[in-house]
Amino acid sequence: MLRLKPLFLSLSLLALPAASFALSMNGAGSTFIYPLASKWFSEYNKSTGVEINYQSIGSGAGIRQLLAGTIDFGASDAPMADSVMAKSPIPILHLPATIGAVAVVYNLPGVPTGMKLTPDVLAGIFLGTITKWNDPAIVALNPSMSLPATDISVAHRSDGSGTTNIFTDYLTKVSPDWASKVGKGSAVNWPVGLGGKGNEAVAGLVKQVEGAIGYVELAYAIKNNLTYVLIRNQAGNYPTPSLESTSAAAAGSLKTMPADFRTSITNMPGKDAYPICGFTWFLVFQKYTDAAKGKALVDFLNWAMDKGQAMGPDLYYPQLPASLVKKVKASIATIQVGQ
Amino acid sequence: MPLSTDPRRTPPAIPGGSRGQGDLKPRQSGDPLQNTMPESRPPKAKKSWGDPVFKSITLIFAAAILVLALAIAVELLASALPAIKGMGWHFFLTQKWDPVMEQFGGLAFIYGTIVSSLIAFLIATPFGIGISIFLTELAPRWLREPVSFLIEILAAIPSVVYGLWGIFVLAPLLSVHFDPYLIRWIGRPFFARPSNGLSLFSAGIILAIMILPTIMAISREVFLAIPRSAREGALALGATRWETIVVAVVSPSKPGLMGAVMLGLGRALGETMAVTMIIGNRPLISLNLLAPSHSIASVIANEFAEATSDMHLSALAELGLVLMGITILINIAARVMVWSTSSKLRALEKA
Amino acid sequence: MKSAPISMNYRRRKAVDRTMRLICLLMALCIMIPLFSLMIYVTVRGLKRFDLDFFIHLPAPVGEPGGGMANAIVGTITMILIASCFSLPISILGGVYLAEAGKTRFASLVRFTADVLSGVPSIVVGIFVYQVLVKPMHQFSALAGGLALAILMIPLVTRTTEELIKLVPRNMMEGSLALGAPRWKTTLFVVLQAARAGIATGVLLAVARVAGETAPLLFTSLNNQFWPSQISEPTASLTVQVFTFAISPFQDWQDQAWTGALVLLILVVGVSLLSRLTLKGGRGLAN
Repeated sequence: MLRLKPLFLSLSLLALPAASFALSMNGAGSTFIYPLASKWFSEYNKSTGVEINYQSIGSGAGIRQLLAGTIDFGASDAPMADSVMAKSPIPILHLPATIGAVAVVYNLPGVPTGMKLTPDVLAGIFLGTITKWNDPAIVALNPSMSLPATDISVAHRSDGSGTTNIFTDYLTKVSPDWASKVGKGSAVNWPVGLGGKGNEAVAGLVKQVEGAIGYVELAYAIKNNLTYVLIRNQAGNYPTPSLESTSAAAAGSLKTMPADFRTSITNMPGKDAYPICGFTWFLVFQKYTDAAKGKALVDFLNWAMDKGQAMGPDLYYPQLPASLVKKVKASIATIQVGQ
Repeated sequence: MPLSTDPRRTPPAIPGGSRGQGDLKPRQSGDPLQNTMPESRPPKAKKSWGDPVFKSITLIFAAAILVLALAIAVELLASALPAIKGMGWHFFLTQKWDPVMEQFGGLAFIYGTIVSSLIAFLIATPFGIGISIFLTELAPRWLREPVSFLIEILAAIPSVVYGLWGIFVLAPLLSVHFDPYLIRWIGRPFFARPSNGLSLFSAGIILAIMILPTIMAISREVFLAIPRSAREGALALGATRWETIVVAVVSPSKPGLMGAVMLGLGRALGETMAVTMIIGNRPLISLNLLAPSHSIASVIANEFAEATSDMHLSALAELGLVLMGITILINIAARVMVWSTSSKLRALEKA
Repeated sequence: MKSAPISMNYRRRKAVDRTMRLICLLMALCIMIPLFSLMIYVTVRGLKRFDLDFFIHLPAPVGEPGGGMANAIVGTITMILIASCFSLPISILGGVYLAEAGKTRFASLVRFTADVLSGVPSIVVGIFVYQVLVKPMHQFSALAGGLALAILMIPLVTRTTEELIKLVPRNMMEGSLALGAPRWKTTLFVVLQAARAGIATGVLLAVARVAGETAPLLFTSLNNQFWPSQISEPTASLTVQVFTFAISPFQDWQDQAWTGALVLLILVVGVSLLSRLTLKGGRGLAN
């Protein structure tokens, strides 16, 4: 073993290319945006040579690392609370990067996709008050479906997650029962159900267990060919969870959008708006003392708004509405570099 | 230099050895120059400055281990302090884990950790020792290396892979082919429906597979170091093969075996990824081993990254501290057990 | 010797003997089932993307063909080497101390502590190194990752070293001392040499364990999509990359995750094989 050490050492040194004098930056946070972010940073690196390394360690962890100064920017599915933002000596900006939709998926052999549920029935299922698939409340909403008497097995996230945040935020808004018993957060005290670590695990649970119901990001529902629920939105319609209905939700939020973009977009007005959506924000500092890094970051952010948005739909990310993009770019312009 | 320290030049064996017991026992650690009769003590080595220097170097490194463990404990304590102050003894008595309402009770995780590790220990220890007995005593010589090597591959498999294999292969297998029989033959309260494979029992089994190579490999080394004469002596006295193994090989190896088992158990207690994928992640205390559960390591892995509130983080750190406490207690218990059995043996020898 | 009680007893003893030996054989056969299941599963799923691209390219975003984990392979090897540099001196020399010092209070305390340390969850070790190294440095780094892995290796190697040194027969040591060698030379060149195969086993078990760890690296070395230029930068590792890809919804990434797991397995198995071939002998006088 001792003889092999020098061999390995020299091997690894050989592998380090001499051309790593390129500018490099580190960012971390949301797992939801990871596929899109990796595409963006790879494309950006091809066109400018700047190496931006983004890692998906979770929104909360991204916020903590940003505050600790170990990364240059973060990404989060949940906005930072005022108290948390106050911890940073330099103000932090929230810049919407993309939008995500949370699909509610289920496993009932013989039952096609598109079961209709109202907000209170959905809350009842996840609260454990509705326990069988042929419960009168569900049957009443879906007269054309023949629902079996199977037990409902709830699947949820065991790890803290932005997806949970969005989902529980929605349930808190639409169900006073849920709001008082459980509340919203990236990790909550689930009344019933099995926990899976990560979207993949929840999708797996739903696929394996007959009678299961769970919530996952849209991409996982599509990729795993899961049957999904149609949820009644504020306007009374049942939009299909899709890129278009997600964009509609973002558009519906524009009227009430605060200047710092920190808002929830669940249960938005709009006839086609899908009710369970959320932004993912880039979290950046208002000021960057390192001029080179700051400039590179600002350039990247503008690029993401101009060219990056178009790369989204192929990866199941809706584009931000054009009017929102304008506002975001105005916000980017306020970042001070090199002072 | 006439002094040769070439290990291949083994000195001629002194019949009976310097203590009249030859090499039947693995030597007790400690200075061999003590307790020898003055006439047979070898000439004292030249006084060299190398000895005290070497001794201090090894002392410093050994102390480093102590310092490291203390540093980790202190760090955990510092992080856990807010939770300890805020929740006190309540933490150990409640099952409720509610990050939103900021109510944290650690009982469910402690239960899950202990029970899953216990199951792993009960399965892996006999298997690990049994397999190493097979390899060192019973199997043909040419089989030993390849089979040991194969089993050590089990140790090389990443935890994440164990977790994935657990979800896709083990859990369905157990829930379809194993659990129904357990429910029928043993039944309540330990095995009852519902069971879908994601449970304490499955976690225990996967942990057993993960820690078995450690126990087996170290036991094997310990058994191999017992000289042949020990076995031959027992056989010559009329013992059967099995009795030889028990008396001449396993019994004297107890301290080494305990070390092996402790290391294996340590890994079982702290194993994160594989457990979290198969245990169901439901903070729930139930005698039903087929019900989902949770463990300390897996809740820390799950929630640490996203825990934004300081109390949440602090509660997780307190759980980490509790795990260290559990490990300490188990280690003390094991040492007491070994000490009491070896003192009984010593009493028997004297009689 | 034909009186009934003696032969009955003998028959019982023989029966026990045969049964127990059979049980040991069955146990060995039993363990082959999960072993082969795991190996076959990892190999079958990992072969799909086992191509040249995997070994020489950097990770590519979804949908682009030809991505790989070259930087992760180098990163894992680098961090294992850093971990070995930290942990092996401490554990081997610490183990030597414990073997020589015997049952003194201090030695018992250290031994006890090493066992307790082995029970600390790997993620807690990662968090510890984060607080102690990453936060003050304001930097994720391969150094921190290696340190976390080192802490995980120490208990295993220390205890194995101690146990194996104690098992070296006394006459070897006494012979060396009788020939006039100083104590420290005896320990280093005679006793350690005699125990070296066993110690190597312990080291390899430890390396195998840490090579497959993800949790301690998440908050120490983070991960990196590009080649690192120094060890004080976030560094890619096979385990974190595998984990990140495995939990994604994209088939190509998931395939790459399995290939990564397969490569990890081959890496550790390869090192183990190599060391077995080069470190023959030195296993006591039992043979």
